[in-house]
Amino acid sequence: MASVILSGSLQQLAGGDAHVELDARNVKQLLRMLSERYPELAPHLEQDSFAIAIDGEIFQDVWFAPIEPDSEVHLIPAIRGG
Amino acid sequence: MNDMIIPDLVERELKVVGTRPLRPDGMDKVTGRAKFGADMHVPNMLIGRVLRSPHAHARIKSIDASKARALKGVKAVITADALCDLPSEFVPAGEMMVNFRDITRNVMARDKALYEGHAVAAVAATSDAVAAQALSLIEVDYEVLPHVIDVEKAMQPDAPLLHDDMYTIGADPKPEKPSNIAKRVEFGFGDLDAGFAKADVVVEREFTTKPVHQGYIEPHACLASVSEDGQAELWCTTQGQFIVRAFCAKLLGMEVSQLRVTASEIGGGFGGKTVVYLEPLALALSREACQPVKMVMSRTEVFQASGPTSGAKLWIKVGATKDGTVTAADALLKYQAGAFQGSPVQPGAMCAFAPYELENVRVIGFDVVVNRPKVAAYRAPGGPIAEFAVESVMDEVALKINMDPVDFRLKNAAKEGTRAPYGPKLGPIGLVQTLQAARAHEHYAAPLKANQGRGVASGFWFNIGGETCASLNVGEDGSVAMVVGTPDIGGSRASLSMMAAEELGIPLEHVHPIIGDTSSLGFNFLTGGSRVTFSSGMAIVQAAREVIEILRDRAAKLWEVPMEEVEWVDGHARFTGSGEAKSLSLVELAKTAGKTGGPIIGNAAINATGAGPSLATHLVDVEVDPETGAVKILRYTAIQDAGKAVHPSYVEGQMQGGAVQGIGWALNEEYIYDDKGRLENPGFLDYRIPVCSDVPMIDTVIVEVPNPNHPYGVRGVGETPIVPPMGAIANAVSHATGVRFTDLPMSPPRVLDAIDSNQAT
Repeated sequence: MASVILSGSLQQLAGGDAHVELDARNVKQLLRMLSERYPELAPHLEQDSFAIAIDGEIFQDVWFAPIEPDSEVHLIPAIRGG
Repeated sequence: MNDMIIPDLVERELKVVGTRPLRPDGMDKVTGRAKFGADMHVPNMLIGRVLRSPHAHARIKSIDASKARALKGVKAVITADALCDLPSEFVPAGEMMVNFRDITRNVMARDKALYEGHAVAAVAATSDAVAAQALSLIEVDYEVLPHVIDVEKAMQPDAPLLHDDMYTIGADPKPEKPSNIAKRVEFGFGDLDAGFAKADVVVEREFTTKPVHQGYIEPHACLASVSEDGQAELWCTTQGQFIVRAFCAKLLGMEVSQLRVTASEIGGGFGGKTVVYLEPLALALSREACQPVKMVMSRTEVFQASGPTSGAKLWIKVGATKDGTVTAADALLKYQAGAFQGSPVQPGAMCAFAPYELENVRVIGFDVVVNRPKVAAYRAPGGPIAEFAVESVMDEVALKINMDPVDFRLKNAAKEGTRAPYGPKLGPIGLVQTLQAARAHEHYAAPLKANQGRGVASGFWFNIGGETCASLNVGEDGSVAMVVGTPDIGGSRASLSMMAAEELGIPLEHVHPIIGDTSSLGFNFLTGGSRVTFSSGMAIVQAAREVIEILRDRAAKLWEVPMEEVEWVDGHARFTGSGEAKSLSLVELAKTAGKTGGPIIGNAAINATGAGPSLATHLVDVEVDPETGAVKILRYTAIQDAGKAVHPSYVEGQMQGGAVQGIGWALNEEYIYDDKGRLENPGFLDYRIPVCSDVPMIDTVIVEVPNPNHPYGVRGVGETPIVPPMGAIANAVSHATGVRFTDLPMSPPRVLDAIDSNQAT
């Protein structure tokens, strides 16, 4: 299962969990599973703009980016820039 | 002097990419033919002007526009009611999640004016003079409220409250009362206490930075025309015509496809033209008047009402062992957001320690509203502020352990596989190469005289990809019209044309770039995040490869051979099967396109991913006049990893431009307010950006560590160059004077005060 790392503000919203194993095959599945497991996190996943770092590569707004069973996944704020 | 260091470039031999041709839009821009935002004129055009709040914080009790409406020549008067009042929720706008409640209230104040210059009404009239007279006839009854400008004062429990429904997101426990603190963010990992316990040296400092404007020379300008059936056209200076369309359609209650937005040439943006100010007002006025309406901001309006970047209060603590290993790093960042939430504290917190490989790190950030204009993006938003403070402390740590500052950074430099302070591991990056180039550079060993100092600083920026469309249309003569949806700010017509020519194997002069309007392509995210040469480049490469497939297919049909036996080399289809050699050029295939299957076009619609961070190291020498406190930049060298410099001259231009903007941020630029919250220096005379005589030639060194996710190895380069300058210059001034400078700008009075105070102790 993919190893999902939650840090900082997200960790607070996930009841203090810093790490969770999820059987998600893509980003959309991952977001759904996190929302189900952590209801307080759900509105932030829907309203805030997040990027997903899968094995170090950052994906923004790419729901179907694949996640491998041994992937390390980080949720980070989306980056926009100027 | 401009140098290039190329360790491992993409393997294929490149003929166009990496060269330095003239830019396609250069002639129009130097002859004045290029049409910028204020250059559009149409028949029956009205002039729109905005009435702005004279107060930093005031309740709007009533607005009486009856006298203005009665004035001859006035065709429309609008207040906030002309725009949709939208609920507070984050909804998609193009690719962004935005709170339209805030956008509509920033474009036009509703119940409260939240900063001096906040729009409260607008008029459209037959002339500028009539419009100005009409503004003077609008009667606004204000209840002036207490205001707050300073970020730390705004965080106090008894501070004047800007929004009575703002509860800090991310605070634990959840606050029971509203405040001006919109958000708390935190990043990091490890054990700070253990890390600091291991340290032989700990440096802890507080810093301040002032809001600074992006300083684009061209003010905001637009021309809107709404027809009686609700169809609308808008010409404007913007970094993203599709984002303007998304924002305006929402604020005007239109379908996006009713609105066609064309981006003019742009006279600078630097992030400040990623939002809307005049555009929804011009559309609303045109809708009411049933005539086109043109609006252009004055320079005063640009300063009062368009976004600068945040000012901030920062605290940094770094510990290191005597051998130069950083053992722990901690930061607290408080950023002003302006009147509505959304400062760049989040990316600032993520960037703060990103150039370093750390075991124990924490960054906490606060997004705080104050009675100033809402901040807008400014090159690497948030990064320069935090990294100025971090690079200053890193310099001081190196000094305390008597270690060369470049060697100190090399010992702790982030590299491929380093876990970034915001979580994920970094891919291939070129920080080490920039530091090595700095240490080897002749500049670094050049002698200094009395009152002179040398500073070094590194900087990180993420870069992004995003939604992108592009089209290549092969004409019947073999020339290629290239249509992209991202405005050209820094030479992207050139870089994108070059990638098209490289892929197709044709001379660059046969590729003709066009910036398409919103009806000519699918959605494009804006020109920002240093994404255009990366993302639009990927789309162009994909479109070109689609064209090549069509050309190979046409040649195969003409030769009556399988397509697999046709290759594309140097702009020609070549038969690779046995028998007589055959070749057809793109020009020859284009001539017969109508008979071989129809027009030849290639389209790409992608969400580009895999943008690689760009890192830089800057060296600067300064001389400080001990009698006046004036700081002169003697020499400056910017070194940056570009991945692959498609057009090295424009990469160098980005590096030089970022360095110069950073010099202004470091030495002169600041918003100055009076005690009523009114901006005292809304013009380039009193808000002093650097001019040519203020800066030496900025030398550049391009390092190329290819981004493996791009066909040519490209990384964005536009934002990173503004990250290191403030830290590098602060370090140089500190070394020249023996006084550590922690407050920006280091203007002559401030420098003189510090020198005098130091001598007095």
